[in-house]
Amino acid sequence: MSNIAQARNALTKRILERAAQASIAERRAAFNNNGLAEPVRSLVDKVATHAYRITDQDIAAATASGLSEDRVFEIVVCAAVGQATRQYDTAFAALNAAADATPRGE
Amino acid sequence: MRLRILDGGHGFGTKALFALIRTISRQPVLDVIKLVKYRADFYGGPMSSVTHEAMRGPSSWSVGDRELMAAFIARTNQCEFCTKAHSAVAQRAYGDSKTVSACLTDVETAGIEEPLRATLLMLGKLTRERAVNADDMRAVLTAGASRQQVEDALAVCFSFNVIGRLADAFGFFVPGPEAFESGAKYLLARGYR
Repeated sequence: MSNIAQARNALTKRILERAAQASIAERRAAFNNNGLAEPVRSLVDKVATHAYRITDQDIAAATASGLSEDRVFEIVVCAAVGQATRQYDTAFAALNAAADATPRGE
Repeated sequence: MRLRILDGGHGFGTKALFALIRTISRQPVLDVIKLVKYRADFYGGPMSSVTHEAMRGPSSWSVGDRELMAAFIARTNQCEFCTKAHSAVAQRAYGDSKTVSACLTDVETAGIEEPLRATLLMLGKLTRERAVNADDMRAVLTAGASRQQVEDALAVCFSFNVIGRLADAFGFFVPGPEAFESGAKYLLARGYR
């Protein structure tokens, strides 16, 4: 496994598998952008698809729904890493298909 | 910064570090530093390892090329903070501002080598459309980029598709050029760890 793959795996394991304030189920749902209730669902979807459109109100709605700032912090981090991971994995699969070679680097 | 904890929820030692940074650089502490130093065991620590490896680890792309990719990805994501931050680093690494400016204006006509141009175009599509296909990758390989170079570029893309989203979600303050210049000097001297 390459250094970058090891570092990415360590990041993913930390945010999804170890202790934090948001539950593991909540963090996984944010990572996968799937299975969350409003208003967190909308916030996570914006993080994944067009983060530049996020407003003060999006974050305020999440905290007003009862989430602590630490839980919002963790959920947003998981949403961002999840989307970047999906894009990376899609691109890596496309590279493997183009090169028609044994996958390397993972 | 939209979460108060990211602005002022750090421990005493980290706050002392921020005071030192402000004194030495005579610039405000960038919000990206406040983010990576908040509960660093959760995000900042492991993410900094990823980004340092992508941006400063072994690669046949130069540091300037990788910083240009970061700026290009940030521009595609419409992330003002990251575009300005990494444009400043790339300009300093290259020793000229024209290359970065030309690439961010129109990568098709910028005066860069074809493998880098094709790689930037692929990274732009991946970031904009959140997917690429085998034909997109063949175009990069045909232009002369090696498979390892594509893998290295995808690592840069991963990092900046995380960081840009967080910058926009948490509402990073965008300071003036002096603060980004100060940050660029630090990132070239010390990297991301």
